[in-house]
Amino acid sequence: MIYNIPYIAVIILIMVGLYAVVFKRNIIKMVMGITIIESGVNLFLVTLGYRAGGVAPIFTNLPEERQIPGQLVLPIPQALTLTSIVIGVAVLALMLALAIQIYRQYKTLDVTKIRRLKE
Amino acid sequence: MNSIITHSPALLIAIPLFAAFITPLLSRIHRRARDGFVLIVLAATELLALLLAQDIYANGIRKYVFGATLPSLTHPGTMSIPVRIIFEIDGLSIFMVLISLTIAFVATVYSSSFFKKEDGLDRYYTLLLLVTVGMVGMELTGDLFNFFVFLEITSIASCALIAFWVDRGESLEAAFKYIVISSIGALFVLMAIGFLYGQYDALNIAALANSIQFTFIDKVALVLLLAALTMKAGIAPMHMWLPDAYGEAPPSVTIAVVAATQASLYGVLRVCFTLYGKGLRLNMAAVGWTLVGLGLLTIFIGVTMALVQRSLTRTIAFAAVGEIGYMVIGAGTALAAGAQNFATVALKGGVFHIFNDVLDIGLLFLVAGAIIYATKERDLNNLGGLAKRMKYTTVFFLIGLLAVAGMPPLNGFASKILIYESTYQLNPIISIIAILSSILLLAIFVKIFYSLFLGPELPHLRDVKEVPKGMLVAMAILATLIIIFGLFPGYVLQTIVDPAVAALSNPTNYINAILGGA
Amino acid sequence: MNPFVPIDTGSGFWNPLIWVIVFIIALLIVYVIRGLGRGDYKKNTGQTKPFLSGNVVENDEQLHVKGGNVYWGFTEAFKGYYNKIKSMHTGDTRDYVLWFLVMMVVFFAVVLGVM
Repeated sequence: MIYNIPYIAVIILIMVGLYAVVFKRNIIKMVMGITIIESGVNLFLVTLGYRAGGVAPIFTNLPEERQIPGQLVLPIPQALTLTSIVIGVAVLALMLALAIQIYRQYKTLDVTKIRRLKE
Repeated sequence: MNSIITHSPALLIAIPLFAAFITPLLSRIHRRARDGFVLIVLAATELLALLLAQDIYANGIRKYVFGATLPSLTHPGTMSIPVRIIFEIDGLSIFMVLISLTIAFVATVYSSSFFKKEDGLDRYYTLLLLVTVGMVGMELTGDLFNFFVFLEITSIASCALIAFWVDRGESLEAAFKYIVISSIGALFVLMAIGFLYGQYDALNIAALANSIQFTFIDKVALVLLLAALTMKAGIAPMHMWLPDAYGEAPPSVTIAVVAATQASLYGVLRVCFTLYGKGLRLNMAAVGWTLVGLGLLTIFIGVTMALVQRSLTRTIAFAAVGEIGYMVIGAGTALAAGAQNFATVALKGGVFHIFNDVLDIGLLFLVAGAIIYATKERDLNNLGGLAKRMKYTTVFFLIGLLAVAGMPPLNGFASKILIYESTYQLNPIISIIAILSSILLLAIFVKIFYSLFLGPELPHLRDVKEVPKGMLVAMAILATLIIIFGLFPGYVLQTIVDPAVAALSNPTNYINAILGGA
Repeated sequence: MNPFVPIDTGSGFWNPLIWVIVFIIALLIVYVIRGLGRGDYKKNTGQTKPFLSGNVVENDEQLHVKGGNVYWGFTEAFKGYYNKIKSMHTGDTRDYVLWFLVMMVVFFAVVLGVM
């Protein structure tokens, strides 16, 4: 059970994020929602990488009794998460920059009023 | 020579990526130096892709392992699964790469004279090259996570390009919608990659495709991948970001984004046919039927909505939505038909239509850009009588409209007839709707042609001039390709489309190239 | 390789070469028929001007049917459909995301229900 708690947290985070994107009218809040979904996905990747009894794959810092490479954890999920965080920051910066520019043009952050493009 | 081909998968990414960050430096020297440099880089990359294509058609799938002592060393040491990043290029990948690079080249030729006074052109070319890198990367890679990274590079760079005209509120709005949609989609792709990695400890597409078991979690991953990638490809009813983005971006950017959309469609094909394709094709019939249904919906909504638009670019954008539907019904029919004969024909039509659509829609957008450049107008109600002032543009638009509506003997017809005749065997209603929509598409573009070019000259358009040479050359390249593809469809089909279709219908080849085995 | 190889569509074929030849023949026929017409009309007279129910046309730019009105009859006839489909395109970013979620549910139903 205890091992499933992170997965439950992942689902909750994604649901909260989607709620913010779908039901909030302020575009800053929508951006926050996307960031929350992203945290959920990152948490999911990190949780996947957890192995009970595994050791971080740092050769110079290994405990004496551990065997190489049997108990080392393959660090791919962590690497994925780092990449994903970096991409997430870029997306976040871009979205916030767009939000600023949209505010300058439309004088509002309300997504229901930012719809010159329809039909 | 041989080593160039060996390393060309890496070079195809490395050259534009390196050039992207050199460009701002060169634009300090001179505007012309920068434009010329970007053109030369893209031409060289295209040449490299052609060399690689020739090699692949002769010798089969080529792989490139990053970080290994040998580019072909897929399994390091005692590892039983490939852990390094591997680029795997088969007929379909190289087909898509050729599309992307051609479009990127045309976009650069066009932008060199489309933009004159705008600020930030140094960054513009950097982003354009980054979009190219993203697309090519998505198409070359044999690694799912790598696919995600390139997907994000493409969306971030094209979002910034869509917002290039920062002083227009509409462009910003379109860019914001695009980035919201595509980042959410990409996050679900990442989630699906996590599911697959958690099950099989692999990220390599070939290794995954080999060991996939169709468990519940695999199916969930398939749903997430399909939903996100079909959305990025602009399939109804998730197409709504697409007319916004296509309609409001600068036209040279639009054609790059069109190519990026096709790269997402490539993702859909790869997932359906390769990743989930091994030996269990019959189970995919339901997905195939869904794709056919969605494709028909896409065609219908796209075409009927195009009829009521008042903005020139938005009309073409909705027509582009409709065109995507044709490729999707081609692919869907192939999945639904399973092992029947016409499955290959449908797939051929769908894959061939990817190239044709990019050329046709691309040409129309370039013409729209030329009209915006010459008249500063994009409302159909304020335009008319341009044929006398812009002769070449008129001819190019005529070629584009006939091609996009699938009139013989242009390229659109060649791929559409394959789709019509194969879908008719699956269910006659599909091809009837497809043909009727094509006719409606012709009606729409005849309307645009009439209201833009024919009729008396309007008083506020009396001093309109033909656009500069660079733009005409870009349009001419696309028009020439349209005519060549139209007149020699059998040749084109045999040379580049058949290897792509063969790559899709034989996923075992893709798997064996990495994992060895018979 | 023969560049003029036709496309095999499974149940038929398509060869643009034949199409082009037929098209040229048709053009020749059109030219012949055109040659049979009368050549004795008077240039620069009322005979060569467009006839609009006898109305005198002052400003010819007013004759242009604007792009938005060309298919007025068609859109009027399908008003019910167009009202519905237009109200679907709200332009609201949240609806775009909502459609994505709806389609995800549809794909779930298809993949998990049937496969």
